[in-house]
Amino acid sequence: MKFPSTLTITLVFSAALFAANAPNPPEKIADVETIVNKANVVAYYQGKDGKAKVKMTITDKKGRTRLHEFIILRKDIKDGGDQKYYVYFLKPADVRKMVFMVHKHTDIKKDDDRWLYLPGLDLVRRIAASDKRTSFVGSDFLYEDVSGRNFQEDVHELIETTDEYYVVKNVPKKPDSVEFSYFNVSIDRKTFVPMKMEFYDKKNKLYRIIESKTVETIQEFPTVVKSVVSDLNTGSKTEMEFSNVKYDINLKDIFTERYLRRPPREAMR
Amino acid sequence: MIYSKRLIAFVAVLVATSSLPAVAQEETTNDFKAFLSNLDVHGFYEIRSGYRTRKDKYEKDMSIMEQRLQLDLSSYLDWADFEVKSDIIGDLVEEQADFDLREAHVFTSPLEFMDLKVGRQILTWGTGDLVFINDLFPKDWQSFFIGRDTEYLKAPSDAAKISLFSDLANLDIVYTPKFDPDRFISGQRISYWNSNLGRLAGRDAIQRTAKPDRWFRDDEIAARLYKNINNYEYAFYTYHGYWKSPGGQNTAKTLAIFPDLNVYGASVRGNVGKGIGNLEFGYYDSHDDQSGKNGNINNSELRFLVGYTKEVGKDFTAGLQYYVEHMLDYSRHKNSAPSGLTRDRDRHLITVRLTKLLMNQNLRCSLFTYLSPSDKDTYMRPNINYKVNDNLAVEAGANIFFGDYPSTFFGQFQNNTNIYTALRYSF
Repeated sequence: MKFPSTLTITLVFSAALFAANAPNPPEKIADVETIVNKANVVAYYQGKDGKAKVKMTITDKKGRTRLHEFIILRKDIKDGGDQKYYVYFLKPADVRKMVFMVHKHTDIKKDDDRWLYLPGLDLVRRIAASDKRTSFVGSDFLYEDVSGRNFQEDVHELIETTDEYYVVKNVPKKPDSVEFSYFNVSIDRKTFVPMKMEFYDKKNKLYRIIESKTVETIQEFPTVVKSVVSDLNTGSKTEMEFSNVKYDINLKDIFTERYLRRPPREAMR
Repeated sequence: MIYSKRLIAFVAVLVATSSLPAVAQEETTNDFKAFLSNLDVHGFYEIRSGYRTRKDKYEKDMSIMEQRLQLDLSSYLDWADFEVKSDIIGDLVEEQADFDLREAHVFTSPLEFMDLKVGRQILTWGTGDLVFINDLFPKDWQSFFIGRDTEYLKAPSDAAKISLFSDLANLDIVYTPKFDPDRFISGQRISYWNSNLGRLAGRDAIQRTAKPDRWFRDDEIAARLYKNINNYEYAFYTYHGYWKSPGGQNTAKTLAIFPDLNVYGASVRGNVGKGIGNLEFGYYDSHDDQSGKNGNINNSELRFLVGYTKEVGKDFTAGLQYYVEHMLDYSRHKNSAPSGLTRDRDRHLITVRLTKLLMNQNLRCSLFTYLSPSDKDTYMRPNINYKVNDNLAVEAGANIFFGDYPSTFFGQFQNNTNIYTALRYSF
């Protein structure tokens, strides 16, 4: 398994936090940018900080499974802006106590900062800012799914408004930087939780789906507690389940070398 | 000797941990219950075997042949965390059972701005990748060269680490009351160039040492002052102790010795372009030979390292480092050293790391290469690791040495070139 390159964490968190803060009545929202902004905040920035235990089950096309378990801590510097993530691995056994930390930057010109702590060597390693569209710990989730794709990288178009969803089409501004040609997101009109993301390849064939399977309201925040990504090309899928989700836990700044070397109790218990 | 020392340390930690909460009987009982209910047991079982690919008349053909059970016990109370990690080894090369206590420590934060870790622990700092300048914590080069997991390159310290944190800067101080040397190349498992004999040697001439070993007198102190500014990590280091592997010999040339060593250094690490860059240097003051006149003792040196790591493809990372050791009193060293034992003033070293992940990151292929243009020698560490499932991993690798001369740093190990395989079940 590789540790992280990166975004995974963000992705995970964001998925966890696919929560919506704003149960506004489904008034007419004409502006697609407003919808996208709102969905972004709902998905990745609930509360000022948060914590969750994540169980990730990867199932390949032959039905063989691998299980990862980790605790993830998140703190927002600014809503819709920079964030910090801390991931403490519990399973599998060979990566237990390993820590992955990200300082995520939304400035499109600035790469995220990432660290990995290897407890057996007491080693704090910096990880080169990598391609955000690589797998998070060998799963079907990509780093970018976890931390949230920077919405400034796409052109948005509202292609459909149903009773339940706004369907937004996202076309990358730099098509060469990604493996898809576009993706559609179905955003819940009430909660602004992204319920489904469908990725189309360069031949416009659907090949990858991320679905929010279960949404619960936790501390008033709509929260995705179960999501599944399916890779139609490989037949592999990954399910992420979130438990012990808590928001606004008043995390102090544990996103430093001090706490890489000695995980805070918030992370361990 | 090593074993008795380990035993003492182990007992000391046990006593310390068990007697600390003994303030009141009842409290002790409650603490003990909490301790037990928080107890977490993990570890692995491993079989590892390897052979030399060339005949080495000073060593056995088997380079490694061992079973290992590691148990990692951790628990906590309100005021502290505890961990004991120990390995039980059945070693067919040495034909003995062995016990290696890797960690046994107590961690606590007595003050908001202070952390304390006391006991046997693995310690690492500095920016190099398998190259160490300011990290003067003990290394186990023997394990590294015979193909144990890289984790075993770090040998434990019996030490107290005090960490102080502030907005201005952070400070780590590590006090080791009795010198912890490297588990260096002694000839036991790896043959080496013996300068007194003027030839390669191994089990026929296992290096005897005179090791500083008085508690609280032959001690070591290491400190690091560091600060993160916009995610550029700056650090200053100092160390006062001894050369960690033998750095000379006594006048009669019968014993390898660990002369006094002071080190002063600095480093910086951070994003450079799309990758991570690092710079580190250290001044090695060989204190027992400040004038450089004593040919039996290591010269003082300047050591410098620059490195860069970048993801060059999907799940494919490359790292490059350039490292140099510069002798400070070379001419005096050259005049005083026995003929034929002089080396170049500067030892240049380049390292290249390539790591590629495949099959959903369950297969890791890596190659780490040390290459010295000045010594004209090379050390390569290819390794393939496949995770069969969440618990089981299989591994194969090699340690390949070559060089033009039998006395250079890696060249002397040519006959130790080996291949190995391993199977590990983690739980």
